[in-house]
Amino acid sequence: MDLDPVFLSRLQFAFLISFHIIFPSFTIGLGAWLATIEGARLVTGNPLYRRVFDFWLKVFAVSFGMGVVTGIVMAFQFGTNWGVLAQKTGSIQGPLLGYEAFTAFMLEATFFGVMLLGRDRVSPRFYFFACCMVSLGTMFSSFWILANNSWMQVPVGHSIVDGRIVPADWRQIVLGSVMMVRWPHMLLAAFLTTGMCVTATGAWYVLRDVHRAEAGVMLRWGLGLVAAMIPIQLFFGHLTGLYVLKHQPAKFAAIEARWKTQQPASEVLLAIPDEKSERNLYAIEIPKLGSMIASGNWTAKEIGLEAFPKEDRPPVLIPFFGFRLMVGMGLIMLAVSWFGNVLRWRGRLETTRWFLWGTFLAFPTGFVAVLCGWFTAEVGRQPWVVYGLLRTKDAVTPSLTTGDVLFSLSTYVLVYSVVYSFGLYYIYKLLHEGPTADAKAIPGATGNRPLAFADNAESATGGKLRPEG
Amino acid sequence: MEPSNLALFWAGVLACAILLYAILDGFDLGVGILFGTTKDEAHRVRMMDTIAPFWDGNETWLVVIGAGLFAAFPDVYAVFLGAFYLPVLLLLVGLIFRGIAFEFRFRSERMRRIWDGGFFLGSTLVAFVQGAAIGAMMRGIPVTNGQFAGTPFGWLHPFAILTGIGLVLGYALLGAGWLVLKSEGELRDWAHRRVVWLAAGVLVVLALAFTITFDYSVLARSDLQTRRWGLAFPAIGVLALAALAVGVHRKRHDAVPFAMTVLFFVAAFLSLGVMFWPYMIPYSITVGQAAAPDASLQFLFYGGVVVLPAIAAYTIGVYWVFRGKVRKGYG
Repeated sequence: MDLDPVFLSRLQFAFLISFHIIFPSFTIGLGAWLATIEGARLVTGNPLYRRVFDFWLKVFAVSFGMGVVTGIVMAFQFGTNWGVLAQKTGSIQGPLLGYEAFTAFMLEATFFGVMLLGRDRVSPRFYFFACCMVSLGTMFSSFWILANNSWMQVPVGHSIVDGRIVPADWRQIVLGSVMMVRWPHMLLAAFLTTGMCVTATGAWYVLRDVHRAEAGVMLRWGLGLVAAMIPIQLFFGHLTGLYVLKHQPAKFAAIEARWKTQQPASEVLLAIPDEKSERNLYAIEIPKLGSMIASGNWTAKEIGLEAFPKEDRPPVLIPFFGFRLMVGMGLIMLAVSWFGNVLRWRGRLETTRWFLWGTFLAFPTGFVAVLCGWFTAEVGRQPWVVYGLLRTKDAVTPSLTTGDVLFSLSTYVLVYSVVYSFGLYYIYKLLHEGPTADAKAIPGATGNRPLAFADNAESATGGKLRPEG
Repeated sequence: MEPSNLALFWAGVLACAILLYAILDGFDLGVGILFGTTKDEAHRVRMMDTIAPFWDGNETWLVVIGAGLFAAFPDVYAVFLGAFYLPVLLLLVGLIFRGIAFEFRFRSERMRRIWDGGFFLGSTLVAFVQGAAIGAMMRGIPVTNGQFAGTPFGWLHPFAILTGIGLVLGYALLGAGWLVLKSEGELRDWAHRRVVWLAAGVLVVLALAFTITFDYSVLARSDLQTRRWGLAFPAIGVLALAALAVGVHRKRHDAVPFAMTVLFFVAAFLSLGVMFWPYMIPYSITVGQAAAPDASLQFLFYGGVVVLPAIAAYTIGVYWVFRGKVRKGYG
């Protein structure tokens, strides 16, 4: 791999989007969780739910703020580094991403402000309504991102005029069949990510013997929600696999590390794919299972990477391991949530310490699954940036030099390490402290400044709140 | 290629967004620049107070501009961001550091110096690269096959450096006007004294830029010759600055310095408009050539007519809630 502008731009995009996606996936889940728990409070009147809500609202505010900061950087990447892509597909991708920005603004400008600052100023019913709208808003945001990415994976509803890819049928572009599978897959991934974090936080408090009442709520609700959602997610994951098989057979072969066309095809459970010799080292395979998974019978022929010209093949290593890690994380979530519910049913949930430790350590499973899933989808789409229409190497801004991108990439790495360490440290402090002090806005907080809202008397960085000036 | 009505609509929306952005983020960037020129902690706290509720909303318009360009004028989005690769990087880094300073400075005594430095340097950097980009645009952007065809540092010409410095001083002037408008007592007087010097500074820098470093041959590529009436705009701008430089605002209403500076910015913006039209990337890509197909502009239109008024209403609402002089900080 040469350090050319294409490779470095890909690296830069991967770096920036990876550090961005963590926060939106967390906030989409948190938005839904907050609406759920506020709804439960409205129905039952249980004040415990209010304390749990107030606590997670602070975490939500900080993650939302971090998502906005890293999102602004993303808004410029398509132009700075992928100028040809922007020029050729801008009339399709531009409006889709424009709608995403619109959605996010509407959210900040309306119900998010109510949610952060309006608790005492509006009726409980309206407050719950605002929570639902914020949750819907985060989901709509992801809708546009997934519509855009699904179009890049399987372009539909366009025509080509003078070498440009222009929209012909917006309905197909926005509501295509691929999108309708991938969007729920991403939403469920976000819900599960947050579900695991809520559950793990509950387990952490029980282990430390603090905030026992709130911890019980988090554990029970978290385990219940994850247990209910994970089978649905596995089903949508399966549907996602089917679209890949149908529309992107080379990606499918890469995920399966299937070099040769086989009939019947075996399933490689684990191996080290060797791209040079085009075979798998130390492979653990199950005969015929590959045909069953892809085609639903034990005898079908499954095509391998050899069926594609070399210049049309994606890399194998990242899709292969990315996919397996993602599935592995899903299985851990399944095990933790179902076993946890068994323990709960037997009344031993809060006393089985080894299980609580396991649950606590499982907090990043959702994040890992989201990242690995996206790595699989994006690297598997290579060498295309818009599948079948535009190659990644042809999409980069032609005037870019290696020095430009080396400089920008190292600057972003430096800046993100500063911003990220403080953001994460701050979230860690909030989580560690738990549901204690009431949220108190610092002066000048608006819906646009969620970080200001999330402050409270105990400062994140060990200092004091400023005196009233 | 004649632009369609939809293309004109979106060009108009973007023009308004750019002007609004320059004025709104201009004053809070300007306060950030002035922030670095005082060591007085009481002043600093008050300065932050005057912009704390507004700065993030002001930057919203920058994202409207980015997203709007990508959606409605993808060619301009691609060429502009390609041509200004390093300045855009510096802009984003500057915005991030000044943004986090708002959230972190009050949370840490030990780290305060670092956040304060980031706040001042970030604000200055953002203003400088924006000004330099405007200067580089006036000199024209080389384009081949719809892509930027220049070099990474092509924008860094002496003229662009001077316009960069000019905008740093111009934003500082807006910031000083804002401080006069929003504060009382010592800080108000402090800002008042700076208005005069900043206005004079902007005039001097612009005079230098246009006498020594500007290559007037590029005007032949613009359509300015056919619009000589447009020269009224720079004249208005210079008059507004000159009035501030000689101190007509003294002993008048506290809104006068800010209003005069806004007048200068509007006049400067219209001057650029007269110089650039019909080009969006001077002097290579016109509005008509750059516009996305009407199918895209139409699709975007439905969202725009709902969202843009909502953002505007929200902005007005925030300014209304936090109206008047800052007395004891906003609670």
